[in-house]
Amino acid sequence: MKIKNIGLTRRGLARSLVVPFAVLALGPLATAHAEPVHGGSMTMSLDPQPSILVSALNSSSPVYVVSSKIFDGLVSYDENFNLIPRLAESWEVSDDGLTITFHLREGVTFHDGEPMTSEDVAYTFMEILKQRHPRGKSTFQFLEAVETPDDLTAVFKFSTASPYVMRALAGAESPIMPKHVYDGTDVMKNPANTAPIGTGPFKFGEYERGSHIILTRNENYWDGDKPYLDQLVIRLISDSASRAAALESGEVQYGAQYVIPLSDVARMDANPQLEVSTDGWGYNTSVNYMDFNLRRDQWQDVRVRQAIVHAIDKDFLVDNVWHGFATPADGPITNRQADFHTTDVPHYDFDLDKAAALLDEAGYPVKEDGKRFSMTIDYSPSGDTYSQTAEILKQNLAKIGVEATLRAADGPTYVRRIWTDNDFDVNIFAASNIADPVIGLHRFYWSDNIKKGVAYSNGAGYASEEMDEILEAAQVEVNLEKRKELYKKMQQLAMTDLSTYPIVYINWFSVYDKSVKGLNQTALGVYENFANVYLED
Amino acid sequence: MKNLAPYLARRIGQGLITIAAIIVLNFMILHLAPGDTVDLLAGEFGAGDPEYLAQLRAEFGLDQPLYVQLGQYFLNIAQFDLGYSYRNATPVLDLILDRLPATLILMLTTILIAFTSGLLLGVVAARRVNTWTDDLISVLALLCYATPLFWLGLMGIVLFSVKLGLLPTGGMYTIGGRFNVWQSTLDVMWHLILPACTLAVYHMAIYTRLMRASMLEVYNLDFIRTARSKGLRRGRIAFGHVLPNAILPMVTMLGVQVGTLLGGAVMVETVFNWPGLGRLAFDAVFQRDYNLLLGTVIFASALVVLINIATDLFYAVLDPRIEVA
Repeated sequence: MKIKNIGLTRRGLARSLVVPFAVLALGPLATAHAEPVHGGSMTMSLDPQPSILVSALNSSSPVYVVSSKIFDGLVSYDENFNLIPRLAESWEVSDDGLTITFHLREGVTFHDGEPMTSEDVAYTFMEILKQRHPRGKSTFQFLEAVETPDDLTAVFKFSTASPYVMRALAGAESPIMPKHVYDGTDVMKNPANTAPIGTGPFKFGEYERGSHIILTRNENYWDGDKPYLDQLVIRLISDSASRAAALESGEVQYGAQYVIPLSDVARMDANPQLEVSTDGWGYNTSVNYMDFNLRRDQWQDVRVRQAIVHAIDKDFLVDNVWHGFATPADGPITNRQADFHTTDVPHYDFDLDKAAALLDEAGYPVKEDGKRFSMTIDYSPSGDTYSQTAEILKQNLAKIGVEATLRAADGPTYVRRIWTDNDFDVNIFAASNIADPVIGLHRFYWSDNIKKGVAYSNGAGYASEEMDEILEAAQVEVNLEKRKELYKKMQQLAMTDLSTYPIVYINWFSVYDKSVKGLNQTALGVYENFANVYLED
Repeated sequence: MKNLAPYLARRIGQGLITIAAIIVLNFMILHLAPGDTVDLLAGEFGAGDPEYLAQLRAEFGLDQPLYVQLGQYFLNIAQFDLGYSYRNATPVLDLILDRLPATLILMLTTILIAFTSGLLLGVVAARRVNTWTDDLISVLALLCYATPLFWLGLMGIVLFSVKLGLLPTGGMYTIGGRFNVWQSTLDVMWHLILPACTLAVYHMAIYTRLMRASMLEVYNLDFIRTARSKGLRRGRIAFGHVLPNAILPMVTMLGVQVGTLLGGAVMVETVFNWPGLGRLAFDAVFQRDYNLLLGTVIFASALVVLINIATDLFYAVLDPRIEVA
C-alpha cells in the first residue's frame, strides 16, 4: 500500500492518494495575489533569547523559531495536517505500521556544501533525536532502527506501530542534522549548536546575544528560486511595549506568539500598516488548563472538583483576560486539531448556585465564619493572563465561601513547586497540544507520566486504569476512525474525572507589516521555514 | 603621596576580600531560591524524562553538594576561569566581554551628561536661590527624580521614534548596516541618545539637588563673607571659591553612583534593548545561571572597588588637606 499521509486527514483516503504537488496547489499558495518578489531583508522580533539555535537539542519555543529556518525536516503540514513533502519526496507505510520508508530528495546539500544523505537521517533520529531531544525519547520510543539501503532511502523500523510519529517530522520538531559535523563530538558542547549548519532556506549569519540574530539566504536551496528574502534579521527585544513600538515605527515587520500585550492588539489592528492574524497555529496551539492536585484530601470527592470548575466563568475570561483571543474549551483537545476535537463531553457552565449546592452535598457546609474551606491557587509565571485568571477565580470562589490564596513564583520556583514537590492545590497553566495527542496530551493523563521533576507531566497525579487503557490503545491505533473514537471516549472520561481541566483554547496571533506576504501558510506558522515569505514593494 | 604604594596594596587587598565575600553571599542567596537551571530548562522544553534531566544535572555539576560546587568555583576563579554558562552554551567570560563595551559606553555617557548638567543646574540654582529660576530648577529636579525610568523611556520612544520618526526605538546600532568606522560611531551615538538621556535624567536630578545644597552651604561659610567684604565680584566668588569647595560631595556621589548605574541600567537596557551587563545579570537570576551571575557580580564588584579607590585618590588631588594613608 502506497499512501502519502497514512490517514491523518479529515478528508480521508481519496485525498491522501493525490500527489503531493496537488496538495500544495490546493493549499493557500493558490490564493496569493501577486507574483512573489525576490530580495530584501525582513526583521522580526523574538523573546526570550534562545540559548542555542538547534531545536534537536532544546525544545523551547524561541529555539524552534530560529532553528526551523536553518533546518528542514522530512515533511511539513498544512492547516489540516496533510503532509507537505520537504526533504522527503515521498514515503510508504507498511500495512502493519511497523515500517515507514522515506524517499529523500536528490541533490540537497548542507550549508557547508556536504550532500544530505540517508546516513544523516539515520544519525539524526537514532543518535540525536532519540538521545538528546527533550521529548525524543518518548516520541521515538518504538523506533528500533533506521536502515539505509542507499543514499536516498531511509527505512524506519518500529517495534510497535507509532502512527503519531508522522506528525512529529516537521523541521522545527525533528530537524535533519549533519552527521559529519556531530559524529564523534560532545553533542551538547558542539560549537555548531550556536552556529548551526542545516539544509534549510536560510544560513546562519551571526548571533549577537542580547541584540540580534542574522540569517542569510541559502543560494543552494533545493526548492527552485526560493527563498525570496535575502536576509532575515531576528531582533531580541525583551520588553513587550518596546516590541509594540518597533512594530509601529516599522523597524520590525513581524512578530508572533506573545509579541505584544493582548491589551495592545486593538491598537495594532487599527493601524492601517499592520495586520493581526490568528492563522498558522494549528501545529502549536495551546490550551489553558487547571490541574487539581489529586493527592490532596479536599479533592477526593469529584463533587468538590465539579463545584470549583462551576465557579470558572469561561466567557468572562475570554472577553476580559484574553481580549477575545481564546475560545471556551470543550474537552482537553483543542478545536484546531479538528479531527480529534469533540464537543460531545460533559460541560460545566458558570453556575455559583450549583457550585454551592455541590459543596453542601459533599460535606463542606458554610461554617460560622462564612467560609467552607480554604485553598491555594498556583499559576504559570509566563504571562499576565494566568495571574488574571487566578484572580478572577479567587473572586468567584469567595462568593461560594471558598477562600483562595494566590501564590506567585518565578519560573524555576514554579516548576519545582508543582512538578517536583507537588506542593499545590490547583495550578493554572498552558500547554501546547503539539500536533498529535500522543505527543502533546498523553503526558497529562497517562499514569505512567506521573514523573517527579518533569515539568508539564501528569502533575495532577491522575491515575485511572480506564484512561490508561484508552491512551495505550490510541497510541498504537493505525486506523484514523478508530483513533477518533478512542479520543472521544478519552475526552469524555477526562471531563468526568476532572483532573486536568481545560479552561480555554488559546488563539495565539501574529502581528506583521502588510508588505510582508507568504506568512502563516501552513500549520507551522512561526515555526515554518519562511522559504515562501517575501516583501511586497 | 609618598605612601601611595602601600596604600594601594592595602586597598586592593581589602577589595579582594570584599569581592570574595560578595561571591560567597551571592552564591548562597542564589542557591536559596528554589529550582535550578535544569528546572528552568525542563519548564522551557515543556517535556523531558527524569533520566534526561538527571543527566543534565550531572553535566552541569549540579548533583554535587553545595560546598563542593562553591569550592570548585573558587578553584576556577583562582585560575581566572569564570566557568561555562550552560543556559547560553558559551563561556561566561565571552558573554561578559561581549557586553562590557555596551555597558561602558552607556555608563560613561550617562555620567558625563548627568554630572555636567547636574553641576550647571545646581550652580545656577544656588546663585539665584529663592528666585523663580531656582524654583523652576528645583521643581524640574524633583520631577526628574520621581519619574519612573521605564515610563520615561517608553514615552521617549513613543514621541521620538513612533510619532516623529527621529530616533531608533532600540538596539545599539543599525543591524546589518555596512558602515565605515566614522559612520559606525555616529550610528552608535544616534542609538545612544534616548537611553543615555533617559538614564541621565534621574542621576542629573540627584546631582542638581546635591550641588545646590552643597553650594549654599559653602556660601554661608566665613571665608566667603571675607571674600565678599573684600569686594570680589559675584562670579569670581561662585566659580573661584564656592564651586571648588562644594564639588567634593559630588565626587563622593559619583563613586557611589557608578555601582547603582550598573544595576539601575537594567530597566533602561530592557526598554531600549541595549545589550549591556545589567540585563545579562538580571536574566541570569531568573535562569538560575549561577556561573554567569557570579561572573557578572565579580566584574561589577571589581569595577566598583576600583572606582572607589580612584575616587579616594581623586579627593587628595581636589583637596590638599586630605592625604592618602
